[in-house]
Amino acid sequence: MTDTPLFQYTLRLADTALVLGHRLSEWVGHSPVIEEDLAFGNMGLDLIGQARSLYSHAGEIEGKGRDEDALAYLRDAPDYRNILLVEQPNGNFAATMVRQFLYAAFAHPYFEALAHSKDKTLAAIAAKAVKEMAYHLRHSAEWTIRLGDGTDESHRRAQDALDELWPYTAEMFETDQVERALIEAGVAVDPSAVRATWDKTLDHVLSEATLVRPRDGYMQSGGRIGRHSEHLGHILSELQFVQRAYPGASW
Amino acid sequence: MYTQALNTQDQAPSAASDPLADARFQARVDAEERIEPNDAMPEAYRRTLTRQIAQHAHSEIVGMLPEGNWITRAPSLKRKAALLAKVQDEGGHGAYLYAAAETLGTSREQMEEQLLSGAAKYSSIFNYPTLTWADIGIIGWLVDGAAIMNQIPLCRCSYGPYARAMVRVCKEESFHQRQGYEIMIALARGTPAQKQMAQEALDRWWWPVLMMFGPPDKDSQHTESAMRWKIKRFTNDELRQKFVDATVPQGHFLGLTFPDPALTFDAATQHWNYGEIDWAEFKRVVAGDGPCNRQRMKQMRAKHADNAWVREAATAFARKRRQRAEAMPIAAE
Repeated sequence: MTDTPLFQYTLRLADTALVLGHRLSEWVGHSPVIEEDLAFGNMGLDLIGQARSLYSHAGEIEGKGRDEDALAYLRDAPDYRNILLVEQPNGNFAATMVRQFLYAAFAHPYFEALAHSKDKTLAAIAAKAVKEMAYHLRHSAEWTIRLGDGTDESHRRAQDALDELWPYTAEMFETDQVERALIEAGVAVDPSAVRATWDKTLDHVLSEATLVRPRDGYMQSGGRIGRHSEHLGHILSELQFVQRAYPGASW
Repeated sequence: MYTQALNTQDQAPSAASDPLADARFQARVDAEERIEPNDAMPEAYRRTLTRQIAQHAHSEIVGMLPEGNWITRAPSLKRKAALLAKVQDEGGHGAYLYAAAETLGTSREQMEEQLLSGAAKYSSIFNYPTLTWADIGIIGWLVDGAAIMNQIPLCRCSYGPYARAMVRVCKEESFHQRQGYEIMIALARGTPAQKQMAQEALDRWWWPVLMMFGPPDKDSQHTESAMRWKIKRFTNDELRQKFVDATVPQGHFLGLTFPDPALTFDAATQHWNYGEIDWAEFKRVVAGDGPCNRQRMKQMRAKHADNAWVREAATAFARKRRQRAEAMPIAAE
């Protein structure tokens, strides 16, 4: 069987990691200070590494001989399953850091739980990712605090970023048909179980940062069923350009 | 590494030159002792080294731009991760080289200011564009290859912090060079379009890479004092020849043709003879009229200016935190 819930679920995790890793990699060489170039490089590498392991696993689950590159480079946007938050443009440094904080505050406890998955491969990938996401969380939380409690300008930019990105946060906690059976079987994680941890992390960091937690209004959703923002197509046109221009070549 | 432009002689007269102290210093250098930050050293030595290390650091940082140009378009996830890690390494080299230069009394901010104002140079090789994926292979294989030729002797440089930084940098650079060559192997074994891409990249990069070693010895005035101070241990032409001898067989193994009809093996000397380098192009690119000089400087200045608010925020936050910490004991009383 090919398009199983487990395949879909693994792809969602993989695509989210790849798209965010790709976004962070766009900063390298363009950061405010060299140390941040190095940090973006680290975090980008972590995420791309997670994506590679997850794609390989997805390819095996699917059983059609697709490897990590076939999955990353030869699917169009409607077949991508990442959450919308991670495909949002980098914007300024505050926008990137706040996006990273919102995601890492979720991904850290999520992978902690996934490390106990009945799927041994997912569990192993998650166990490694937990350590990585702990660093992403620490780094992005420190910057969120620094920017929020820095100058008036940095405060304004951080608050703007938070307000802009807020509508994309609820998608992280959604579950659907694809995941429900997997959650019951102890393979997938129920994201609502990490909501309290996420809330607590946010409240703590935002208060230190003197930033105001936005009110929940209408929440955007759709990435995990292939309905994306306009941004993903542009990411893929860059990411996939060489593979598409030279079909069948190996690199 | 990119010590190419380092042949610019420091012409400023050394204000307080003390012949006795200079002789003591030279004796230490001759005895292969390492000079450390707090040791006495002639002002000209300090200036020359500061400039060389800063230029080296600037080159690492500016060099992130042409390579970073392909991170988002790397053709496979493995290549993407490797390139990202590589560009990150270059940033790391920049950071420690700035730290090594700071031990000589110039701050990183001052050095960055000099780069942005155009007062300091970086390696001219990065004023050439990366147009196809093959350029990433070529930069690893040839640009890093040339860098290693230049840098290995710097591991024995008389100035301790620089020499020690070079040991680590060289290890990473040789890894990059192998990675670059491996990209070239994949292209050489690939489709006709990939082979053509590899050849076209070699055609564009070969001569600029040979220029990385700097002007020919007959025109290089800086070599003498740098050699005496054991900052430099081989002349430009010696290093260039070593590089050509090592590289030509590697290119032939790939099935590539070097864009130099005069390239011939001399059985008597066991060296590869190469044709005349276009030094007018070299001077033109160093002077600012390479294909990307303006673009690179514009990118560097934009990133500095656009992110000034981030650095200000970090400074302001650090100040607030310090003030709060200082206020605490008083509050406790």
